[in-house]
Parts: sequence; structure tokens; C-alpha cells
Amino acid sequence: MNLDFTPDEERFRAEVRSFLKARLPARIADKVRTGKRLHKKDHEEWHAILHERGWLASHWPPEYGGPGWTTAQAHIFDEEVSLAFAPRVIPFGVSMLGPVLIKFGTSAQKQHWLPRILDGTDWWCQGYSEPGAGSDLASLKTSAVRQGDHYLVNGQKTWTTLAQYADMIFCLVRTSAEGKKQAGISFLLIDMKSPGVEVRPIITLEGEHEVNEIFFTDVRVPVENLVGEENMGWTYAKYLLTYERTSEARVGAATASLAFLKQIAQTEEKGGRPLAEDPLFAARIARVEIDLENMKTTNLRVLAGSGSSAAPLELSAMLKIRGTEIRQELASLARIALGPYAQPFVSEALDEEFQGSRIGPDYAGGLAAHYFNERKLSIFAGSNEVQREIITKVSLEL
Amino acid sequence: MDFHHSAERSMLAETFGRFLQKRYPVEVRHEISASAIGWSPAHWAELAELGVLCGLVSETAGGFGGSGFDIAAIFEQLGRAMAVEPFLGTLMATRTLAMVGGHDGLIGDVLGGASILAFAHEESASRYDLTNIAAHARRDGDAWLLNGGKAVVPQLEAADDIIVSARIAGMKGERAGIGLFLVKRAAPGVVVEGYPLIDGGRAGELQLVDTPGLLLTDDAHPVLEDVVAAGIVALSWEAVGIMDMIKATTLDYLRTRHQFGVPIGKFQALQHRMATVALEIEQARSAAINAANALQGDRAKRERSVSAAKYTIGRAGTLVAEEAIQLHGGMGMTWELPVSHFAKRLVMIGHQLGDEDHHLARFIRFGQAA
Repeated sequence: MNLDFTPDEERFRAEVRSFLKARLPARIADKVRTGKRLHKKDHEEWHAILHERGWLASHWPPEYGGPGWTTAQAHIFDEEVSLAFAPRVIPFGVSMLGPVLIKFGTSAQKQHWLPRILDGTDWWCQGYSEPGAGSDLASLKTSAVRQGDHYLVNGQKTWTTLAQYADMIFCLVRTSAEGKKQAGISFLLIDMKSPGVEVRPIITLEGEHEVNEIFFTDVRVPVENLVGEENMGWTYAKYLLTYERTSEARVGAATASLAFLKQIAQTEEKGGRPLAEDPLFAARIARVEIDLENMKTTNLRVLAGSGSSAAPLELSAMLKIRGTEIRQELASLARIALGPYAQPFVSEALDEEFQGSRIGPDYAGGLAAHYFNERKLSIFAGSNEVQREIITKVSLEL
Repeated sequence: MDFHHSAERSMLAETFGRFLQKRYPVEVRHEISASAIGWSPAHWAELAELGVLCGLVSETAGGFGGSGFDIAAIFEQLGRAMAVEPFLGTLMATRTLAMVGGHDGLIGDVLGGASILAFAHEESASRYDLTNIAAHARRDGDAWLLNGGKAVVPQLEAADDIIVSARIAGMKGERAGIGLFLVKRAAPGVVVEGYPLIDGGRAGELQLVDTPGLLLTDDAHPVLEDVVAAGIVALSWEAVGIMDMIKATTLDYLRTRHQFGVPIGKFQALQHRMATVALEIEQARSAAINAANALQGDRAKRERSVSAAKYTIGRAGTLVAEEAIQLHGGMGMTWELPVSHFAKRLVMIGHQLGDEDHHLARFIRFGQAA
């Protein structure tokens, strides 16, 4: 048993820290920390800085432009980036499509798409969910019919995050109605500028435009945009979803939120004393802090590849559940800490250009909205109930 | 980073586990637990022979273990077997002797099985607070005489010698002025009132009236903290061992018990409860790993980690125990099934060396001090 990082890994952590100190724009970090709105250009700026250093695609092998890090190094990097309040790298191209292309794509696809992900030529979004296919993703209906050298795509995708910025979308489409519903699905790359693609915003409960509906009407997609084999898309999607879950522990992000929450609890007062010293509130913080410390070790056990009888898939499902519960609780406590000042919500004040006077404490503006937005955590990437199904089937074998 | 035990430690754990499986099956355990003395001198002698006790003590003090993960490996097996033998007192007492030094002979006797020690610190009114000690000691010439009472001391009747804390100066609640003494079971003024425990085995109330004791240290607080930390690591891993057994037996029940024409494990309401149980067990295991790892560390990290672990074990342990009984339905309520005994032990671990509220409050204090 040894829970320590090696001296080399600690040196690497120091290197990441000094890079972040030198290169992460304070303007962007400040927006992340205080819950202000990030724009497309903020993300692009940060991606370019990471790409220049060769650190954008932290999980890619070196031959495709990744840094060739060990899992421990990638973990340290994710943690430090979150602690420094850097924006999370938009995952769709780098973390989702990239690994799928690397594993299942043709060499032509790799050569064409991977460099464009790295240099920011293409902003990718993910076309998985449909109105009738959420947790039951395999029942998706968007169809792709082969006609000579192209597919004709018809249907609708939904909950498509940041599709309003996207140049490309990777989609799960139905290419066959035969056999099990999982068996007729293919993985297709679609140009968002194709005729017949229409994006409509979905405004979420806190008033933000983050997700969209996408309608496909007779959209022509060249057959070379099929990834892997026809009707094998479910396998690729599962590969990708496993990746998505592991990353949902978000230990670094939770650690940063906890530190921010403690700072708020020191500033806010109750009975003339810092809220942090109120026994009831202190207990609520301590409970989630202990949960987080436990989860950090569970996460390291997954990274180290072992440590218990639990299968990795079971542990990654557990990490998704507990990781999202922790982040939801932290968002909830930050909201509660604000007292009555959780209520005012001046949407424009979340933009950096805002010149007006702010209501309540400086940090207050976005926290209630953030709390409501974070309700998504237990719903997306396989709802926490779906994760319990996975635990049941994979590990409990019930 | 490596989450595996060393080869030697794995081997000890395996040998010990096999011994318990073979020689300490649940029927034997129940028999020992319900016996007049509530432990088994015969098994204890065999365990001493096997060298298991040496795993509790560091090399410098005559054993070959004593680290957090050594303690973990041993107590995890004890949990799986629901053993009622005097391991906790042995761990805490030998660790005390090793810390104060100069008692290698007695430690050797204990590790060889020739002598049993108990560790008596908690009092009827101290409610897990290490400094809330009313028992006191006064000098009488060259000797120390002890007066006061100690509460719910595990396997007290089994002990030949008892390590007892008592105030030599200061007030209740003060860290300074606590002494630790070695008291002979046969010394004058020692009254032991033994009784059975709800989760098996026995404990006792200790009364001392002008009882002579050998002073081990007059600055006991740092020793108490370290020894209690080791005890918490031990209890946490005993709980992990129990939880793994509960998980296995409950899954087995869910797969075999039929209602409405199907195994009850096919019902989603039960599946999701069980998934949560499995999740909490893994979190508890992580907490126990953290505590075992921190036992060797500096005080602030150690105390914070053991309190986090004991809080987690207290909360998760109760949940796992209650869910196991619920998922077993009426059968979970019976004496006959081992699961009810695992559940009782798991809940009662929460009542030893501090419950979840105590340790949550302590975790907060250590956080504010940092």
C-alpha cells in the first residue's frame, strides 16, 4: 500500500502549476471562479494555449499529438487545472470523439480530423440523446439510409451542448431496424453546415442557452464519415460513455468548489460570527468534505487499477453517482450560504462587460443559477439511476 | 501509488483468514461468544503460535507489524469471522507499552499468548472525549494509588493486566495531567463486573479503590491519541470485513429468495438499494485506507483522517446493517442467520471509540485549527 505520488509525479505537478500560473489568463480564471459566463472565444483562447504547450489532448497517445502521460499524470493535470479555475476543456472533440477515432477510425479519418480537433478548426458537439431516447439511448430513431456514396439522415437530436458553436457533430444514427435495437446503430460525423441541419436553442431553468435541439431533414453525409463499421456504433458509444463516467468524479472541480464554499462561509455571518463557525452549517460542510476525501481515494483506486474486488466499471459508475452528488451538495451549500441574496438574479451581471452595480456580495450573482444548472449532473452522462442499473448488472449480477 | 498489500502482509492475512474459516466458523463463534468467559483461550493460544499477534506490534517492540496496513489486514479478517477474541485490547495495550518503552518483556509475554492485556480509558461519563477523565491517581510514598471507574472495557475479565488512565493533575477536559498506569488484575481494590454484549463477547466495568498501579507515563494525552487512532483503524477495517460479508450474503439472498415468481433481486427497488449499499461500502473502504495510511503521519493529518474514517464507518455501517436486515425481510430479523449478527456488530462498532457525531465534530475542529 502506498498512496503517495512519486517524486517524478510531484515534479510534474509543480510543472503544471507553474505553467498555469504563467499562461492561464486571469480574466478567464476569474470568470470561472465567480460563475460568470464563458464565451466561445474564451474556450478557444484557452484551448489554443494548451495546444501550444502540447497539453490539450491529455489522454491521447503521442503519435496523435497527445503528451503521452500516464494515468497518474493525466489525473494530476485535471486536478491542477480545476484548482486553478481554468475552464474545463470542452470534451466533445478532445475527450470523446478523439479517443473513438484513435481506436476505431480509419487512418484517413485520423489524419483529417484529429489535427483539426487540436488546432480548433472544428468545434464538435455530441448527437446522442433524442426526445424518445434518453436513458434508453439504444431506442434512438434518427435514421441514416445509404444511397450510393452518401447517407441520407433524418431525425432529431436533443440536449446537444453548445451546438450553437459547433462546426461538426458526431451522431448515433439508426442504419438498421433488424435484430436487437443496439445492433442497428452507426457512428456518423455530420457537418453542421450541411443543408437540412437546423439548430434550435433550449433555454434551461436558470435562463441560459447551453443546450439545443437539432433537426435533420434529408441531410446528405458522405459515407467516408462513417466511423468504424456500419451497425457497430453502439460498441463505440459504450467505449466513449465509459470514458465520460470515469471523468465525472471531477475531484479537482469539487475540491475547488469546496475551497470557494469555505471562503464564502468565512465571509457570510450568522449571529455575528462567520457562518463557517455555525455548528449546523459546519457539519454540512464537513459531511461533504469527508465524502470528497473518501471519493478521492476511490478515484485513485480506479486509476491505480485495483485495490478491491470491485470491477472498474462498477467503480466508475459509483464515482459518477457520488461525484455528482458531492458537486450538487456543494452547489446547494453555496446557495444556502447566501441567505436572502440567493434570490436576486440579474442575468446581464454574469457578463464580463457588465458595468452596472451588483446586488449583494460580489460572488452572489451566479451561485443560485449555478445550483439550478448543477441539477443536470445526476441526469446527464447516464442518469444516476442508470448508473445503479450498471452496478446491479455488472457487479451485483442480480 | 499502489493499493495492494505487500506480499508478506497478504500472506499473513491469507493464513489468518484460512485459520478463521477452518477453526472459527460461525457456529464455533456463537459458542465462544455465549460461553461464560466470552472468548477462547484455546484459539488464542493457536493464534499466538501462528504469529498473528506479532502483526499488531512494530519490529522495534518485538513484533513484525504495527503499521496502519498491518492492523488493517488483521482486523479485516477478524470482521469477516466476527471474532470476539481480545484483539482490540491487545492492540491498544501493546501499542501503549511500545510507545512508553521499557516493557519489552511484558509485550513478549502478550505476543506469545502467556498474558492478556486490557485497555481501560473510557468512563461512564466521558462519552468518547479522551480528556474527560475522572479516575484519579495519587502518590503514596513511592507508589501510585488509583481510584475511579472505567466503562465497557472490551474483554476486561480476560485480562491479567489492565492499562488504566487516571488524572494525576488538572481538571476534566484538560489535556495535561493524565497518567497511564499498569494495574494488576489481582491487585487490591480491583473490582471487575463482567457482562455479555449485544453483539457477542463480553466486556466489563472496572472499579478501582486505592489500587496500586505502575506509572507508564504522566503525559498520556499524545499516547492516548495515537493508541485510539490505531484502535479506530482497527475497528474501521473490522467494519470493512463485516461489510464485505454482509454484501455477499445479502446478494446471495436476493438471488435465491423467490417472491411473485421471481428472485427478489429482480426488483428494481431492491437493486437500487443494494447498489447504494455497494457504493457506500467502497467509500467506507477508501476512508479506512486513508486512516490506515495516516496512522504513521503527523498528528493533524492522522487525527483528521481517523475521525473522517470513524464518521464514515459509523454512518455507512449503520446504513449497510439496516439495509441488510431490510433486504433479508423477516429472515434478517432472526437469530439463525449470520447476517443479523454481522449487522449487530457493525452497528456496535459505531459505539466504540467515538460515534459518527463525535468524530464529525472532531473533524470540524481539526479543520478549523488547520
